[in-house]
Amino acid sequence: MRLIVLDNPVQVAEWAAKYVMKRINDFKPGPHKYFVLGLPTGGTPLGMYKKLIEFVKDGKLSFEYVKTFNMDEYVNLDRKHPESYHYYMWNNFFKHIDIKPENVHILDGNAADLTTECENYERKILEAGGVELFIGGIGPDGHIAFNEPGSSLVSRTRLKTLAQDTLEANARFFDNDINKVPKQALTVGVATVMEAKEVLILITGASKAFALYKAVEEGVNHMWTVSAFQQHPNTFMICDEDATLELRVKTVKYFKGLTKLHNSLIGQ
Amino acid sequence: MTLKQFYNCRILRNHEIIDDHLWVRGGKIIDPEGVFFDEKVPADIRIDCHGLIIAPGFIDLQINGGYGVDFSYDIDNIENAVGIVAKKLIENGVTSFCPTVVTSPIPVYHSILPKIKRTAGGLHGATVLGVHVEGPFINLEKKGAHPPHCIREFSKGFQHVELAYGSLDNIRIVTLAPELINSAEIITELVKRNIIVSLGHSTANLIEGEEGCNHGATMITHLFNAMLGFHHRDPGLIGLLTSEKIAQPIYYGLISDGIHTHPSAVRMAYKANPDGVVLVTDAISALGLADGRYHLGQLDIEVKDNKAKIAGTDTLCGSADNLNRCVQKFQKFTKCSKVFALEAASYHPAKVLGIEKTKGTLDFGADADFIMLNDDLHVQSTWIAGEKVYPNFG
Repeated sequence: MRLIVLDNPVQVAEWAAKYVMKRINDFKPGPHKYFVLGLPTGGTPLGMYKKLIEFVKDGKLSFEYVKTFNMDEYVNLDRKHPESYHYYMWNNFFKHIDIKPENVHILDGNAADLTTECENYERKILEAGGVELFIGGIGPDGHIAFNEPGSSLVSRTRLKTLAQDTLEANARFFDNDINKVPKQALTVGVATVMEAKEVLILITGASKAFALYKAVEEGVNHMWTVSAFQQHPNTFMICDEDATLELRVKTVKYFKGLTKLHNSLIGQ
Repeated sequence: MTLKQFYNCRILRNHEIIDDHLWVRGGKIIDPEGVFFDEKVPADIRIDCHGLIIAPGFIDLQINGGYGVDFSYDIDNIENAVGIVAKKLIENGVTSFCPTVVTSPIPVYHSILPKIKRTAGGLHGATVLGVHVEGPFINLEKKGAHPPHCIREFSKGFQHVELAYGSLDNIRIVTLAPELINSAEIITELVKRNIIVSLGHSTANLIEGEEGCNHGATMITHLFNAMLGFHHRDPGLIGLLTSEKIAQPIYYGLISDGIHTHPSAVRMAYKANPDGVVLVTDAISALGLADGRYHLGQLDIEVKDNKAKIAGTDTLCGSADNLNRCVQKFQKFTKCSKVFALEAASYHPAKVLGIEKTKGTLDFGADADFIMLNDDLHVQSTWIAGEKVYPNFG
């Protein structure tokens, strides 16, 4: 696992976007060779999406031969609701780029049969050849996708009931009324993400500092599901200074010492 | 049906100019989200807008003619006259308009009103939304450029209105003076027939104006022109802008050409009641033509240095500026936002007519009548029902 420490969220967004661009372009995708990308939602990756849109507009990057799989979606929330992840992905990313609609995959939380929907999702990932690069964010409790604390670290895509903390945190997006917050979500499992060839986890802000400490300095623990990625062969955690507040100086210094090496990964 | 995606543009939506694409199918603006996630199809045609602003097409609620024709004079071939103007207006970004007929003899109304039909726009020109009849029920003292001998009263009530106009079917707006006897009854009757009543060519005091509004009038015709000047003890019709005694919002036509309304007066109206501004041209046959002599209904007029006056007098009689110029001048005069200037000639007039869900907006489901403009608000192209109608190189 690599930890990349940058100054601020703007740099995190830019670094991540440059990395995604380099990986896709180096892959040289084409009609018979699609690049498969896993995507998150939330506040942290927003800046990365903005940068990627810029790259597409400038002609430096194309999503014509990219397939995407999103991590999660609420259950029983109208797709047009501003908090739905369909809405998020469409408005913040897909409508601005040249991706083809048939190459986009987001779990359907309104499907008649949610179990089948999850099984099909896993199958579609397999059929696409597996995820080349999965990008994720984490919650303050260290959850990745909607794999809440206590989730199995070998979980697959499934229906998940949300933790009380998550409901309370989300109430602000639903008129501050916890009863309006969807109680369930469909989410890829920890194992689903673990199978990706590469994983990029974006972590910014002091509120995520404790989770980052748990993920990096403590052992693998299903109460902090992101910690599972310590055992992934190719994971980058990209964080800003604020997110390192709970880490030991030694840890931060070690990884900052590798800055030059890390920057070579994005061709700088 | 062809699915069109306009990209590399900024669009006016929800009262702001945002970076987005515009998707059109079947002549309507559609929500591409459903196309993407449900139909999973790409656009059939992608149109590069080169960074221009896309805004709703302009709507002119008061236009007497232009390009050499006058709707109140060229009565023998009125369909043709309306057609000529409709065709040329698209060059100024106007996608819909109300052909306006000034005070005229009764036979003229009976002859031309049935012939000016509401027609959908297209390559042949802008949409005709219905006629604006300005008069004949106006005040002689504020006749402006209307022929005095044709001015009438409705002393016998609504039958006088029907007598004058004949069929009301094609009428969308009536300008009348609220101080005339029976006006309350007449306004109520017109509004009942879904006709917009605009107050003007009038010496009404504020109370008379408020009564007109409380009977259903929702607009003031070319504010400041052909009405009493503002007086602080009786502000007259102008006082309606800030009246607290009328139930519904009031709109007012504003000729923002810098001639009919001084820039300072434009600013004053805008600051007093911004939401009511409706930019109109009040254009005459001289619109789009050089200086010279033309007609306005029964009168000869003379255009010199962009000012149109009744021949041999100093009476102003309508403008020779197009609506695109009026929008630019309005923004310059008031220093309002681009969005506001554009909406004052699109969304606001649509609201007057109650058609703001389909015209004057780029919301999903609306008619795909729009214009592309540069940052100086110069119209670069005009589109009706999703088809480019100007410039037409074909």
